[in-house]
Amino acid sequence: MITLLEARNIGKRFGGLHALTEVSLTIHKGEVYGLIGPNGAGKTTFFNVLTGSYTPDGGEFVFNGSELPSGKPHKIVGRGIARTFQNIRLFRDLTALENVMAGHHIRTKAGVWGVLTQNRFTREEERLTTQRANELLDYVGIGHFAEVVSKNLSYGDQRRLEIARALATEPQLLALDEPAAGMNATETGQLKLLIEQIRRDGITVMLIEHDVKLVMGLCDRVAVLDFGKKIAEDIPTVVQKDEAVIAAYLGGGKHAD
Amino acid sequence: MNELVSAVPWLGKRNPMAARWLIIIIALVAPLIAWQFGRSWVRILDFALLYMMLALGLNLVVGFAGLLDLGYIAFYAVGAYAFAFLASPHFDVHMPFWIVLPLAAGFAALAGIMLGFPVLRLRGDYLAIVTLGFGEIVRIFLLNLNYPINITNGPQGINMIDPINLFGWDLSRNLQITENFSINSLFLYYYFFLLCVAGSILFVQRLQISRIGRAWAAMRDDELAAKAIGINTRNMKLLAFSLGATFGGVAGALFGAFQGFVSPESFSLMESIAVLTMVVFGGMGNIAGAIVGAFVLALLPEILRDVAVPMQQTLFGTVILDPEVLRMLLLSLAMILMMLLRPSGLIPARARYAHAENMKREGAQ
Repeated sequence: MITLLEARNIGKRFGGLHALTEVSLTIHKGEVYGLIGPNGAGKTTFFNVLTGSYTPDGGEFVFNGSELPSGKPHKIVGRGIARTFQNIRLFRDLTALENVMAGHHIRTKAGVWGVLTQNRFTREEERLTTQRANELLDYVGIGHFAEVVSKNLSYGDQRRLEIARALATEPQLLALDEPAAGMNATETGQLKLLIEQIRRDGITVMLIEHDVKLVMGLCDRVAVLDFGKKIAEDIPTVVQKDEAVIAAYLGGGKHAD
Repeated sequence: MNELVSAVPWLGKRNPMAARWLIIIIALVAPLIAWQFGRSWVRILDFALLYMMLALGLNLVVGFAGLLDLGYIAFYAVGAYAFAFLASPHFDVHMPFWIVLPLAAGFAALAGIMLGFPVLRLRGDYLAIVTLGFGEIVRIFLLNLNYPINITNGPQGINMIDPINLFGWDLSRNLQITENFSINSLFLYYYFFLLCVAGSILFVQRLQISRIGRAWAAMRDDELAAKAIGINTRNMKLLAFSLGATFGGVAGALFGAFQGFVSPESFSLMESIAVLTMVVFGGMGNIAGAIVGAFVLALLPEILRDVAVPMQQTLFGTVILDPEVLRMLLLSLAMILMMLLRPSGLIPARARYAHAENMKREGAQ
């Protein structure tokens, strides 16, 4: 198995709060990797540190064999890590298509001069961007809403659009922050199919999720965070029976005393 | 142009071609009509065109990139003074127009970047306050830099600025066609400025429908998400500030040359607010809005001045309200009515950020 991402002793503090303490984990190429844990365990903080929204207080990420720059989101996206947000963050006044086209920004090059002169390179790039964005909308199943302003889309479709926008950055690792939050059973089922399709297409997926059924059915391996520490990392069926994990979710155990 | 076309009431949607020609004809004929009311009206139209350029530039910063700039007139000032320094008897430098214009634009762009750097992390109210301060700093510098070394000539301003000279064709002189027929210089300026505005519209439109325009829109709608999809928000903000400033600089240079005189009082905070009002009044973030807003608000006070005084004299026998007072009153009233009736501006069109022809999907519909 090829290692895609290795987190080494990642630490992050907010004042006196240790949001992440020495978190180390390894994600292999082509797998779906789940990150679970109770509320406030540091899952989203981990995402934010990974994608450069926060700078870590300690540790480093090694992606594809070289270290990731910390605190530079656009460079990290350039290296091939894309993310979605727990509370959907679309560009609300742009159409679905324009949202996805914006996602393609980092893979395009036209500068001011090219844009003003509309030279052949810029026109061709623009055409390809549009075409690719349309393909991605079809891929996540909302192609017929291409012209709809994104704030008017339904909740489930907004989730899909956010995934399409993240895919437009041509990532190797797609980090999804609670993609099934607020979805009903049907929508969750469709989401599961979509994530499986993404994996089949060669993109590694990292997933924060509370829906246990989804995590167990989808993930190859799961890591559990609790109070900013990794307390377990294994295949889902093993993690499910882990005593520390059960204690973390149900209370009791070492934190109760 | 397309946005402007579809903003034409009734005709715009039904017959875009006709609407397009209508706009072109109005733009070409407007000064001839204005001439019937007196030459000052043509002059007012000339100024309206300069305001359109300003509104287009500010719209780039405020409407597209979402960076509220209350000191935009500073770039207008930089352009105007750059022109005045390089083409007037003040320093006794008389560089040709085609060299001064890009230089003025360049200086303004530089000023834009200078403003951009310190405010990169600011948003909303904080950004507005700092930009407001920047505008005032520039004006106060211009006002006071006549001592110990006289650079700006202080409150007296700089006089006798060279007129616009296009390859030996002096726009400030009436064009003599035949012995008893000549075209007034005001018309020459009008058509030259019209050309500049048309060019600006083209540029702004191209920027809007491009990866740059989309990056700006993304930044405006959600900066965190924009970063998360790989947009370098620092560079994009600086680009917005400098490109917006460039428009201001060019308009300023044209203003200096057209008027032949610049002084700090032309660049007060009220002017910044006036341009911002034009953008908001017309409809933030769309080109047609900026154009229409600038046109209406540049003309309104002049019409008022012309109408209000005689009307009050016939009605009351004397002038009760000074037109200047009345102007602020009516402007505020107009803004309040707009907020109530059309909160997203006179022309609340949604700006496009993708080419329509690229979008036609094969097999769809």
